Amino acid sequence: MSTYDWLLFLHVAGAFVFGMATIAYWCAVVAAARPQGGDPQSLADTIARPANYVVGAGAAVALVFGVWLAIYVDGLELWDPWILVSLLLLVLAAGAGAQAGRSYVAAAQREGTEATGLRRRGMSFHTVASVAFLVILALMIFKPGA
Amino acid sequence: MTVLAVNRPSDVEFPLFLHVLGAILLIGTLLVAATALLAAWRRKDPREVTSLTRIGLWTILLGVFPSYVLMRVGARWTEAASDYPDDFEPAWLGLGYITANLGALVTLIAIVLAIIGLRRLREPVSRAVLGRVVASLSLLLFAAYAVAVWAMTAKPT
Repeated sequence: MSTYDWLLFLHVAGAFVFGMATIAYWCAVVAAARPQGGDPQSLADTIARPANYVVGAGAAVALVFGVWLAIYVDGLELWDPWILVSLLLLVLAAGAGAQAGRSYVAAAQREGTEATGLRRRGMSFHTVASVAFLVILALMIFKPGA
Repeated sequence: MTVLAVNRPSDVEFPLFLHVLGAILLIGTLLVAATALLAAWRRKDPREVTSLTRIGLWTILLGVFPSYVLMRVGARWTEAASDYPDDFEPAWLGLGYITANLGALVTLIAIVLAIIGLRRLREPVSRAVLGRVVASLSLLLFAAYAVAVWAMTAKPT
């Protein structure tokens, strides 16, 4: 395998891990909303736990090897609009995801309307992170302007 | 992902988007199913075991199955739109087909077991066994598709 192959694989693997974690968090949200007899918080924690371990690493690996690829491949530049927008969106997705996590953790320590508000805030941030990820995926494949 | 398809024809992009989206959804939902079912395996509280097993089995039916279909339809559509020559049979494409076809069989078994398992959840005594089998199948699929992701991106010869 060439350097390019390894860079591409690691970049895609990081993106897959980040996307996988995003989906796991949505499943945790759904599981908490429909606990079917179990404790909602415990169920959400259980389902989200593996994602918690890897989400940050996935975003970082996708970012580092994405930048590396943009520098390494002839004809690509970091300041190409679709790459620049993707990088900004990845930072946005990671930041919004982290905020969502903080909101859910805070909601677990509170009760009543305050907890409901924090959960809603967490879901809003998670929606932002998910949409940003989808747009990045589309940009990576459609490469507008390339 | 940055240069997934340098020099690819423009009509490949949408099916490729569906294929990659389906693959990410597939890996994500498999992780959730395996996590819930393995957690159920280790828990003692019957209510928690039932809840986690139900979540894991429903994730197979409502998450893994549609994701697999999206990934597979996207793959076929991408290949058709790519207009490869008849003798184009690279190792990475072959590996993708092998994992997808074997994955289809294992997914089908997991779906059947999930349906039976969801019915049996009404009987607490038999709740765990099918969940454990489906958990093992989910982990197997997860590992196989991780290899497929490597093959699709690194394209080993």
